[in-house]
Amino acid sequence: MEINFEELFESKLAKNDFIEPKDWMPENYRKHLIRQISQHAHSEIVGMLPEGNWITRAPSLRSKLVLLAKVQDEGGHGLYLYTAAESLGISRDEMLDALLTGKAKYSSIFNYPTLSWADVGAVGWLVDGAAIMNQVMLQRSSYGPYSRAMVRICKEESFHQRQGYEIMTHLAFGTAAQKDMAQDALNRWWYPTLMMFGPPDVESPNSENALKWRIKRETNDQLRQRFVNQTVVQAEYLGLTIPDEKLKWNESKKGYDYSDPDWIEFKSVIKGNGICNKERLMARNKAHKEGEWVRAAAAAYGKKQQESQVAA
Amino acid sequence: MSDSQGPLWEVFVQKKAGQPFVHCGNLHAFDKEMALQNARDLYTRRGEGMSLWVVPSSAIVASSPEDMGSFFEPSNDKIFRHPTFYQIPDGVGHM
Repeated sequence: MEINFEELFESKLAKNDFIEPKDWMPENYRKHLIRQISQHAHSEIVGMLPEGNWITRAPSLRSKLVLLAKVQDEGGHGLYLYTAAESLGISRDEMLDALLTGKAKYSSIFNYPTLSWADVGAVGWLVDGAAIMNQVMLQRSSYGPYSRAMVRICKEESFHQRQGYEIMTHLAFGTAAQKDMAQDALNRWWYPTLMMFGPPDVESPNSENALKWRIKRETNDQLRQRFVNQTVVQAEYLGLTIPDEKLKWNESKKGYDYSDPDWIEFKSVIKGNGICNKERLMARNKAHKEGEWVRAAAAAYGKKQQESQVAA
Repeated sequence: MSDSQGPLWEVFVQKKAGQPFVHCGNLHAFDKEMALQNARDLYTRRGEGMSLWVVPSSAIVASSPEDMGSFFEPSNDKIFRHPTFYQIPDGVGHM
């Protein structure tokens, strides 16, 4: 009996079943996933840089330990995601090459600098908060390995957001200068964080397919709205002001009206013109180059092990 | 392929003694010791397990999703394998 693979694929999506690596899938579904998952992985890896910037200058031993653990988690998240992408038939080397040559994208948020310790707090609170909102949705993504990676990542991310908020709490209830520092960080990170959810639905080129294939379950604007609704009360508790004069509760939609981020800036950062794009790529390339001998040694060791096994 | 990364390994974690080992993901490593160490670092940073298996992915034999139906079909008509197939008289207690 002839199996209609496309129908089988569609029926699985309709039943909310997962698609697994060996299942038949449309070529564009595979391509879309490779792009999305590898970009997600790159974001985790590049995301280690702005926070890593503060490890040596963390204000206490406790905060240093916490930050180290968080940055290590981000590295782990990158690894989960790289293997999820590899299950679709792309190699790690190809993905790394795309990142290092600037061919692949990663989240635009990591092209902004972390200027003060408060930025580490703001990144945890806002950036990880936004990432969690996106990743909670992706736990129900139709591709099995991606979904499973998200379940593990979400378990670990909530510590990240809480540690960020803890830093903000200490600063906001500290001296006037510390509170100013916290406010300054919020001012600089608010709009770049809103950009993390991607362009508005009306001009999002990849959303339609992603929703059709249940790779994503909600739109960019829906997630952005939920993030704003959730974050306002957290800022209020800190006594900090979200830098948006239009921010106002709208009873009819049971959510806040808010100002859009500057989408021209968003596009420009994605094109490579953000404050830190060059620095981030240089840092990744430097690390990759300096790790060359480790990879070579590991490969030589692996080969030797194999040979001695054959001989035995 | 992935020459600079080494072969792929599947990782299984046992949460507590006596429980089954559950697949939790995969990783690259050049030999079994490295695979075990990487698995510890990557999958058990929060006490997720007390025992680990790492298995070369190439050693895993899997049923193919395409013939899922016919492969598992023989079990469908053997309802007598389920305890609910049988009637137990009243008064004999729990069985």
